Amino acid sequence: MSDTTMNEHVSEVLDRVILRFAGDSGDGIQLVGDQFTTVSALFGNDLATFPDFPAEIRAPAGTLAGVSAFQVQISDHDILTPGDAPNVLIAMNPAALKANVANLPPGATVIVNVDAFEERNLTKAGYDVNPLTDGSLSAYTVYEIPMTSITTEVSKDAGVKPRDAERSKNFFALGLICWLYTRPIDATAEWIKSKYEGKFLVMEANLRALKAGYHFGETAELFESSYEVRPATLEPGEYVNITGNTATAWGLIAAAKQSGLPLFLGTYPITPASDILHELSKHKEFGVRTFQAEDEIAGIGAALGAAFGGALGVTTTSGPGVDLKAEMMGLGVSLELPLLIINIQRGGPSTGLPTKTEQADLLHAMYGRHGESPLPIVAAKTPSHCFEATIEAVRLAVKYRTPVILLSDGYLANGTEPWRLPDVADLPVIDPDFASGPNHTDEDGNEVFWPYLRDETTLARPWAPPGLAGLEHRIGGLEKDDGSGNVSYDGDNHERMTRLRAAKIAGIANDIPPTDVDDEDGHADVLVVGWGSTYGAIAAGVRRVRAKGHKVAHAHLVHLNPFPADLGDVLRRYRRVLVPEVNMGQLSRLLRAEYLVDVVSFTQVKGIPFRAASMESAILELIRAEDGGDGRSDAVTSSVGGTPVDGTVPADGKVSH
Amino acid sequence: MTDLAQANGTHTNGASVPVPVTTRKDWSSDQEVRWCPGCGDYTILAAMQMLLPDLGVRRENTVFLSGIGCAARFPYYMNTYGMHSIHGRAPAIATGLAATRPDLDVWVITGDGDSLSIGGNHLIHALRRNVNITILLFNNQIYGLTKGQYSPTSEMAKVTKSTPFGSLEQPFNPLSLALGAEASFVARTHDMDRKHMTEMFRRAHAHKGSSFVEIYQNCNVFNDGAFEQITGKDHRSEMLIPLVHGEPIRFGAEGKHGVVRGPDGAVEVVSVADVGESALLVHDEHRENPGLAFQLSRLSRGPYEPTPIGVFRDVDRPEYGLEMTRQVDAVIEGKGEGDISALLRSGSSWTVG
Repeated sequence: MSDTTMNEHVSEVLDRVILRFAGDSGDGIQLVGDQFTTVSALFGNDLATFPDFPAEIRAPAGTLAGVSAFQVQISDHDILTPGDAPNVLIAMNPAALKANVANLPPGATVIVNVDAFEERNLTKAGYDVNPLTDGSLSAYTVYEIPMTSITTEVSKDAGVKPRDAERSKNFFALGLICWLYTRPIDATAEWIKSKYEGKFLVMEANLRALKAGYHFGETAELFESSYEVRPATLEPGEYVNITGNTATAWGLIAAAKQSGLPLFLGTYPITPASDILHELSKHKEFGVRTFQAEDEIAGIGAALGAAFGGALGVTTTSGPGVDLKAEMMGLGVSLELPLLIINIQRGGPSTGLPTKTEQADLLHAMYGRHGESPLPIVAAKTPSHCFEATIEAVRLAVKYRTPVILLSDGYLANGTEPWRLPDVADLPVIDPDFASGPNHTDEDGNEVFWPYLRDETTLARPWAPPGLAGLEHRIGGLEKDDGSGNVSYDGDNHERMTRLRAAKIAGIANDIPPTDVDDEDGHADVLVVGWGSTYGAIAAGVRRVRAKGHKVAHAHLVHLNPFPADLGDVLRRYRRVLVPEVNMGQLSRLLRAEYLVDVVSFTQVKGIPFRAASMESAILELIRAEDGGDGRSDAVTSSVGGTPVDGTVPADGKVSH
Repeated sequence: MTDLAQANGTHTNGASVPVPVTTRKDWSSDQEVRWCPGCGDYTILAAMQMLLPDLGVRRENTVFLSGIGCAARFPYYMNTYGMHSIHGRAPAIATGLAATRPDLDVWVITGDGDSLSIGGNHLIHALRRNVNITILLFNNQIYGLTKGQYSPTSEMAKVTKSTPFGSLEQPFNPLSLALGAEASFVARTHDMDRKHMTEMFRRAHAHKGSSFVEIYQNCNVFNDGAFEQITGKDHRSEMLIPLVHGEPIRFGAEGKHGVVRGPDGAVEVVSVADVGESALLVHDEHRENPGLAFQLSRLSRGPYEPTPIGVFRDVDRPEYGLEMTRQVDAVIEGKGEGDISALLRSGSSWTVG
């Protein structure tokens, strides 16, 4: 350690802190957020992040629409979410303050770049009066720091033009926050040196700003103390901090390796899925082929063509891209070839909220194709779980010769968490089990190959990529004769094939683990059932409820089609079942339809994840209703004409049933 | 070389095993051909089944892919690997297959509705990328399978079921489109001349990269005689202009007509007697600039004027699948084969406990 070693300064120990960096979308907020996260991860904290940015690359500077934010929670114990409300807001301009101040709890710390609080910016942000002077921030501890002027000043003699120097103010903020939370800046300095190698002036300006921010904290005597969030006691092992999209890309590479299948990604750039393409395209050393197609349809089409040829065909998409792929998924159902469709869900309908999260494509995944065309659905629950979920989706696709939909979402895609690396030797082996010869004797006694002669256990058909003599066969979207695979318009055959395709997918229930229920002693009355990225918020909500002395159970579904075989029994064991979703109640519909269980739907569609606090109150409400003795939740919430009416839940969500 | 065929264990016939001698029968599947009697598709199917034994290729390494339409039933009748896919998407599916399996011969069978209407996007991009596929476009200037609506190659004012007062649309010129899409091999033939058709298929197959062959094909039910004025036995000599590489472009009895390039760069049909033999345009398939081929593709405004057939363009361009493989191989050579354990640790990792 050099000049950044902590001196005799006293620091106060905190068990966790939630920081939110906010500024213009051109301010490099995501960059410093990421960097602070990396430093904290290396420091040993548990953490979770939530990047929150607009769809526009550079919305008008200084406006509310252009505010980009990065929230991170760091802690000395294991945590599940990036936190509900920040303890510290770093606002680089008035718009960043205005966009975030409403969510600050009283007592929070606000650090502002006071240089940006001049009339023009205040007007752009819609402030008539400067909030720094009108007393509106009296509930908070406000630090006004001239970040722009100090940043410009320190780079003056380095030959950096003031306008360029000013752009480094994000690193000033990072340096300051690093001091405030007792993290060394050496690693960040090294990172700046390698990132801006060859761009000496930019590198120098950023380095000087970083150090200036750090030294400012140390010397300005503005802050009463710095804070320390000590390393968390995580399970022993080797950790990396990972986003859902990176974990997905790595999961694909691992699945390809574990199956011996060459990986082919056919895709079209779309937010928030593109990072999977970016990551995979970097890793050709694994034999990965990435194809940036002319459109979404060609992306999945090429993936299906590659699968026909014996590769692991994958397509990635989001939002409207999923709609465009529907027809090709149907062809995949008919061809019965392995294919993976990864949907990084975002807010809809139509273009919707491209950079915001939502879980509203579950019913599309279930039913979004014409005809009876079931396919398996797997959902990842945390950023790092994307790795395992991806491998599982590939396993099902290959074993059952079927397209599989893997659901992730914008929150998982961009959010990060520390991931304890698995032992590569423990990863499942996936056997492509290619057809090797004729499988049927025809009427004339000839040995022939029947492409639709199914495995008796899995009902999967043989996979016979071109190249093997004697196995030549034709497949297509027309209905096929059971067994021979020839075109057949026979009604009875169609019924048989339709039921066989359905039974094949339904049978996967016997090949997946039973429902994993977290119920401490088995005495809870209320079960919370979630899927996908609500995992962290639900688990955190459940912890809070338990901390208040109540019993509650949590089950988080990874397999959404088919459901685990015991799910109906599990649901019926509880008096009430709460189903929180970032949609209008899609899983709750499926559960009701499948099991005739009167689940309570709890939903929110704000483009952001649930908060642990709202989860807590929704669960408590249901528990209180149970304790009330009538065994029904009607006492708490009501439905009028199908429209959920928010009863007593002081949450950002709606409880309805 | 990361040979995917070897990687997935499906490629068992190495070059050391001689290609078995086959006949047309070996290439015909056991499925009953169900096109309308008299359809031009029969001739095309026969030409293909008779050519393949001649090409020295293996059935197991041959794939026919198609979209939707009458032509798209073609793969069912070939005793090879095949896929009858969805409307317009065959070039996209073929791209994924050809890019991962450079060992295969991939043929795409399509029609004017399939590849110029619903699948126009995939067609142009497959040509642009120069994926190693051979696209045969059966152009009958009508929608047959849906029973007689106008297609993107139907002439203006055409009266069909969906245009009782005549079509208002300018048709596509498929060759101009292909040339505009950077196609490296472009040819035209017709279903009344099996020999010429076979030769065009042979040439298209030999070309590395995307090959595009337009086949004037008669739909005797919904658009009978669409090409009769140029492909009919009695008209051919006067109405079809054979393009032969290195030869002056001329046609008609004793080659009395010829093609010259006018002062404005446009090509036109002239009487050889008027201009003299030396003024005739000498056909050059390998011309890097596609401008002249484009001019030739527009010499005729429709199948009622003298129309060139043959190979318009045949140039070498890097082939997409091979380039993709080359890139993968180069990275592996530079970095070594990927290691999952190292990948997981490629960022900053830390150890607890």
